[in-house]
Amino acid sequence: MLAVLRREMSNYFTSPIGYIFLAVFYFFSGMFFTNVLAYNSTDITNVFSGLFTVLMFIIPLLTMRSMSEEKKQKTDQLLLTSPIKLGNLVIGKFLAAFIIYCIALAITVVYSIILAVYETPEWSVVVGNIFGALLLGAALIAIGVFISSLTENQLIAAIGSFAVMMFIMMIDSFASLIPVEFISNILLKISFMTRYTDFVNGILNFANVLFFLSIAVIFNFFTVRILEKKRWS
Amino acid sequence: MIEVKDLTKIYGTKHAVDGISFTVNEGEILGFLGPNGAGKSTTMNILTGYISSTSGTAKIAGFDILDDPIEAKKHIGYLPEHPPLYLDMTVQAYLEFCYQLKKAKQPMKAHLEDICQRVKIADVKNRIIKNLSKGYRQRVGLAQALIGNPEVLILDEPTVGLDPKQIIEIRNLIKTLGKRHTVILSSHILPEVQAVCDRVVVINKGKIVADDTEENLSHKLSDDFRYIARIEGPEEEVTKILHGISNMKDVQSYGEKENGVFEYALEAEPGADIRRELFNRLADRKYPLLGLRSTELTLEDIFLQLTSDGSNKLDGGTN
Ligand SMILES: Nc1ncnc2c1ncn2[C@@H]1O[C@H](COP(=O)(O)OP(=O)(O)O)[C@@H](O)[C@H]1O
Ligand SMILES: [Mg+2]
Repeated sequence: MLAVLRREMSNYFTSPIGYIFLAVFYFFSGMFFTNVLAYNSTDITNVFSGLFTVLMFIIPLLTMRSMSEEKKQKTDQLLLTSPIKLGNLVIGKFLAAFIIYCIALAITVVYSIILAVYETPEWSVVVGNIFGALLLGAALIAIGVFISSLTENQLIAAIGSFAVMMFIMMIDSFASLIPVEFISNILLKISFMTRYTDFVNGILNFANVLFFLSIAVIFNFFTVRILEKKRWS
Repeated sequence: MIEVKDLTKIYGTKHAVDGISFTVNEGEILGFLGPNGAGKSTTMNILTGYISSTSGTAKIAGFDILDDPIEAKKHIGYLPEHPPLYLDMTVQAYLEFCYQLKKAKQPMKAHLEDICQRVKIADVKNRIIKNLSKGYRQRVGLAQALIGNPEVLILDEPTVGLDPKQIIEIRNLIKTLGKRHTVILSSHILPEVQAVCDRVVVINKGKIVADDTEENLSHKLSDDFRYIARIEGPEEEVTKILHGISNMKDVQSYGEKENGVFEYALEAEPGADIRRELFNRLADRKYPLLGLRSTELTLEDIFLQLTSDGSNKLDGGTN
């Protein structure tokens, strides 16, 4: 697991993808942060609410290659014939992307400290926001890695993930469009936005934590299943 | 060391591998010979756990590749048809990654250095793999397979795409590897298998058509009693003369090739030399012999021979 994780991490920085991801993340979060300062506010949560949309666009960048490229370069033959469990392989891939994401997210800690100079924030809310962003990221990355395992073309993986992210973003709009209350209620239950907004507003709901964690676990599990299934086809 | 029993792989309706069984003993170099599409890569991918068989079993060093994949894989070094290289890594970084991936026990630095010496890639250790020639890439692939000193080496067409000098080097390397490892080597080139292997399994259309030592196989398939002859003279009469030669088994006319000159395929009884009698008889009748060459058996011919002469005639009796 560690070997895969380490190689994957260094791969993010030998190719431009890691840098692009970080640059785009820092650019937008920086913009949101400047806005906060411009309005003479000390409310960091504006940064986090803005991040939701940004993540939908840049997580596919982070995950598009992770499985597809192995298949394309036939290096999956090395990985799958090595004495390593499929689960560990997938977790290594997932964690590498997640760690890059954590490096990106760390900038919000810096922002919080800068704001704290002006006015002591409600630290519990700040921590809650960061926690929520971590959970959201984990769920999205697991979905992205899963989609990457379905194809050997990284562009298709990127577009596919992007389409799914768009859907995730628009779940709430769909829900409000559908007149049947029963269906719209179900849609709202799987709304990433609603659950994430709870974190942003300082509400720590255990069900939301469980929701994002389950998504992450389930999709990593699906990725393992896909690898297993390919073997049998 | 390797036990394969009734292995079958079905893609849709196609039997890529069709109920093959064979064993490889410790320290043996087994040649896995067959034309393209015979099922060599599929078999090797099953043996190494990359894909699963539809039915049948494969055991490596006593461990079933399906029931106990991690243990079985610990004993295998695999060089697939396309070496599984990360092109943007340096050779050294790539080998270190493989070392960690395989959880090798040997001290890393010395072990990798030793392998680089053996496959002669020490001088390119710090180069990016993308910039290496095909021959070097193949060797890096081989180095990867050697990491952890696995008892079993499985090499899928390791000389394909190399130039003649590289081919000879790789073959010699594999021969020396046979002293420390049990090796399965696939190839679609008969001389290659003859040059390197102790034993040969011939596979065609997913089925084993021969399993024998290299000497027996090449003796039985030796081609010094099959000729193509060009003879000037009336076809019917010449054919009659040819049939009259002692030990002649079969004569076939290939038709008129030049004006009044016909070409014939001749097959003598194995071991018989018909050339002198052929010359004398034709000279007696003044039908000039314009050309005589022994036919080179292609793999296709071998399969024709193996499959048409009744099944598994050449089987060495291992089953
Ligand atoms: N993934 C696959 N799907 C469908 N057919 C396949 C697949 N892989 C191999 N085959 C078929 O199985 C047969 C054996 O292929 P292979 O094992 O690659 O042969 P070889 O290595 O001897 O050239 C071929 O006819 C090939 O077309
Ligand atoms: Mg092949």
